[in-house]
Amino acid sequence: MIGLDLVYGVAGAVFAIFAVSSVRDRRWANAAFHGLIALSFLAGNRLGDIANGVLVLALVGIAASGRMRRAEPAPPAEDRYGARVFAPALVIPATAVLGTLAFKAFPGWVDPKQATLVALTIGTLVALGLCAWLLRARLHEPIVAGRGLIDDIGWVAVMPQMLASLGAVFALAGVGEVVGRLIGAVIPAGSVFGAVAAYGIGMAVFTIVMGNAFAAFPVMAAAVGVPLLIRGAGGDPAIVAAVGMLAGFCGTLLTPMAANFNLLPAALLDLKDRYGVIRAQVPTALPLLAFNIALLYLMIA
Amino acid sequence: MLVLAGIAVIAGGFLLRFNPLLVIIVSAAVTGLAAGLDPVRILGTFGHAFNETRYVTAIYMVLPVIGLLERRGLQTRARALVARLKGATAGRLLVGYLLFRQVTAALGLTSVGGPAQTVRPLVAPMAEAAAERQVGDAGEGERVKAMAAATDNVGLFFGEDIFIAIGSILLMKGVLEGYGIALEPFQLSVWAIPTAIVAFLIHGARLLWLDRRLGRAK
Repeated sequence: MIGLDLVYGVAGAVFAIFAVSSVRDRRWANAAFHGLIALSFLAGNRLGDIANGVLVLALVGIAASGRMRRAEPAPPAEDRYGARVFAPALVIPATAVLGTLAFKAFPGWVDPKQATLVALTIGTLVALGLCAWLLRARLHEPIVAGRGLIDDIGWVAVMPQMLASLGAVFALAGVGEVVGRLIGAVIPAGSVFGAVAAYGIGMAVFTIVMGNAFAAFPVMAAAVGVPLLIRGAGGDPAIVAAVGMLAGFCGTLLTPMAANFNLLPAALLDLKDRYGVIRAQVPTALPLLAFNIALLYLMIA
Repeated sequence: MLVLAGIAVIAGGFLLRFNPLLVIIVSAAVTGLAAGLDPVRILGTFGHAFNETRYVTAIYMVLPVIGLLERRGLQTRARALVARLKGATAGRLLVGYLLFRQVTAALGLTSVGGPAQTVRPLVAPMAEAAAERQVGDAGEGERVKAMAAATDNVGLFFGEDIFIAIGSILLMKGVLEGYGIALEPFQLSVWAIPTAIVAFLIHGARLLWLDRRLGRAK
């Protein structure tokens, strides 16, 4: 069955090509960084946990050395292919949509849990084919152009994966229970509004620190959601969980720790202000957080 | 209490502007040691989780295509397309994209858009081109590009939880099961709808407000 093997194979190949291309330009730190990511994609399951941990330490060492270089400025675009350039750009999302629906309708070929990622991978390969056919791209062109983009992103590329892994260490160390006890001690006894506000704001704040609402939810559910809102105040578990998670998402809009959503686009769009995307999101996130808390309070009280 | 030192490391490390990857790995080490775990187990836990979450980084496979298309004039074409549309303003374009992103995410199609897939090659240049026409120069480009990326995030976050098989829904179901509370994903996803509507209203209003400001800057 086709699943993550295909996805990781293609992603690994892309990073391996970036690495080789970096070596040829004597950009050693970038080459080592991309090479290690390629190794992780292609052989991660065979490396074992300790070796994967050492691989992470090496990635961090390269990133922290400050030797990774940004891309050289790209030459101006040659605009002689007209509207044909839209075809490969649209084929990626179109294949992702149709592929996901098709794989779900005809299970058996593709792992249904990975349908979208597999479809996205196929879409990328089809788009590369179209680039060669419609736009007469030669082999080295997408490699050089893609490397320019990944070099501008730099080490931010692996930050989301690193944060997810930090969450695993936090879980093992029992950070959630400790935070839960602390927050539980702050809420005035018997105050439903106090509990709702602590839950909503706690979800947002913990998400801001961890960069991920997934890490905040088990903590806040254990601390406030289940004992005080569901069992204490008799709230509907579905509402408490769903609206709490969305309060966490408001926190995701506010934090540089959510690198893939907030720092990566700032790098990709060449914003002068690294935090420009977060600044643009604050006036949406804060009223929405207030709405979630109010909604939860109205549904419980 | 000692295990909270890792959270302090994160907050302090960010404020002091150390490399974030270094901050994360030090936080993991401090947290694990404070909990009495031996260093090899901490390293193994981190390595295992890193290997299990590779799908997060797989999206960069689209970069060669996007990079090539940009060198073939994709952004120029996107701008030219907007220049021909009558009545296209930066705000209205982004409201349309917000709706598209929320609806597709609600259908489970979260990877259709994104900073690398759609915002950089298409949405940001289109919004920028419309804004330039509204203002008459490129002075507001930074703000408009940031707003394009923000719109992508808002649309994704407050659309995806309506889909029943998304990760966050499955996480909530799993956590509540641990407390003996059985829920169907559908019950959870229904309660994402009120916030999705309000998110559209708040962010949509801000986008139309952006149009007014661009108009005044003329």
